[in-house]
Amino acid sequence: MNYEELIKETALADDRLIVMTAENRALIRNLPAVLGPRFIDTGITEQTLIGAAAGLALRGRIPVVHALATFLTLRAFEFIRTDVGIGQLPVKISSFVPGFLSDGNGPTHQAIEDVALMRGIPGMTVFAPADEADMLAMLPQIWASPNPAYVRVNTRPGTYPHAPFKIGKAEVVATGTDATILVYGMLFEQALIARELLEAQGKSVGLVNMRTLKPVDEAALLHVAQAGGLVVTLEDHFQTGGLYSILAEVLLKNELTAKVLPIALNEKWYKPGLLSEVLEYEGFTGQHIARRIAEKLGADPAAITTKTAVIENQFAE
Amino acid sequence: MTPEKHDELKALALRVREHIVRLSTDGGCFTGASLSCADLLVYLYADFLNISPQTLDAPDRDFLFLSKGHDVPALYGTFAELGYMPKERLANHLKANDSIYWHPNRAVPGVEFHSGSLGHLPSVGLGVALDNRLRGLRNRTIVITGDGELNEGSVWETVLVAAAHKLSNFTLVVDRNHFQANMATEDLIPLEPLGPKFEAFGWAVRRIDGHDFAQLEAAFGALPFSDTKPSVIICDTVRGRGLPSIEARADRWFCNFSADEVTQLLEELHSQEATTLTSETLTVR
Repeated sequence: MNYEELIKETALADDRLIVMTAENRALIRNLPAVLGPRFIDTGITEQTLIGAAAGLALRGRIPVVHALATFLTLRAFEFIRTDVGIGQLPVKISSFVPGFLSDGNGPTHQAIEDVALMRGIPGMTVFAPADEADMLAMLPQIWASPNPAYVRVNTRPGTYPHAPFKIGKAEVVATGTDATILVYGMLFEQALIARELLEAQGKSVGLVNMRTLKPVDEAALLHVAQAGGLVVTLEDHFQTGGLYSILAEVLLKNELTAKVLPIALNEKWYKPGLLSEVLEYEGFTGQHIARRIAEKLGADPAAITTKTAVIENQFAE
Repeated sequence: MTPEKHDELKALALRVREHIVRLSTDGGCFTGASLSCADLLVYLYADFLNISPQTLDAPDRDFLFLSKGHDVPALYGTFAELGYMPKERLANHLKANDSIYWHPNRAVPGVEFHSGSLGHLPSVGLGVALDNRLRGLRNRTIVITGDGELNEGSVWETVLVAAAHKLSNFTLVVDRNHFQANMATEDLIPLEPLGPKFEAFGWAVRRIDGHDFAQLEAAFGALPFSDTKPSVIICDTVRGRGLPSIEARADRWFCNFSADEVTQLLEELHSQEATTLTSETLTVR
């Protein structure tokens, strides 16, 4: 099963589902032949794509819309906020090549404020699967929910056997006493590697796959913060508005504090290139992440010598 | 159109204009923009659209989307006259205990979708028209835009997409009152030749006098103008139509009149003789 097969199966079983795209067909090339008029391509018109999706949703449809994450969340932001958000319509946004996944495209294509923007819309739900299997486990519930939803599409292969998904529940992969990494989306695989490298250095490191960023799993965040170790927020997003901010909001709300290490893009766009180059340059490979955490824990980062091999991204757009 | 029908619509439009004038105080409203499309809305709801207060949710009803949301006094005035809402509800204008404010919203029965931000409902209407076609329904989807609203790029996106999808069940109506917020459209962002613009984009076009019920009937009665193209009806109108003292004036978009001026303007609606307004405090929003 892949993304296209899941959406095809879902659409064939439920004629409310409409597949829409602003000419981003990378994951859905075979659907026009299967869905006929229930596949709607509006061309390179993100605003009209979202407005039309709102109109279809108004009539009881469940539009799943596809376009590049930056253009959807930035160019069409007001349409998402004003038509989908104020209307509280079940438009499902499949946002393509978010975060580091736009690798070689350059800053015009870097959706690294999308979580901040989308979670700022009342009623919007926000999701970031760790890999393809995680995404396939998550999408049926996201599409079945009556809420508008934003999904950071992630088709990368993964080996981790994910737990069953529930909206608003994080997946606790491991608990640890020295540090816990909170992560979402494609950096999950690097977080797994970083954890192994740190454990090999004798550190006890937890790992949480957030899965849902809104409504966030507050209990999971509080549990990690109260465990007493270093809390690491790891994200391919601006440091402002994403998971680091979410954690801060949850801690403040509960009158708590914690020792937090944010690993994010702080006031900068990232250097474009092949994904392996990007992660290496920006310090987001498993090895780099492990070293940054080791340093914060007072251990010797140079002791972590295993360089991380990164599987390249398969999509240009 | 029979003379009786014509007189009936004319009388109805006069009552709607009275509502608009009464809403133009205690905070005011977009009077000029509302008066320009009052005849259009009255014609559509009273005579053309397959919709009534009793069939608001009927699946085969027609859909009207008011994209130039700031002319909502004309819509609510029409709704009040045709039984969509009690007339008394208009007294709740700008009161926090109701939802009668400067732009339409779905707390008012008959409003299909909220608007206010220009350039949105052409695309929302497009989605509804696509859905109706998918369902094999023959109902119409009509979106009313302002002419200033045509500055928005999103409108032209939708114009391209509707033509590409050959959406003959989709109609755009332009309230061509020749003004945008502060000035004449042709002095800021010229739109003419407007009909040929739409034709060049693959639309079937008619241009009429938007205050003439016979012309409205002839144009809307001919829909769809093409089986393979969306239709646009450009309605030439006059900003502030019905109040000679404010007609076609750039500074009479948003008006907040005194109580005495409201009385004076209600008389002016009937006499059609311009009066001198004492108010100099015009607000442009």
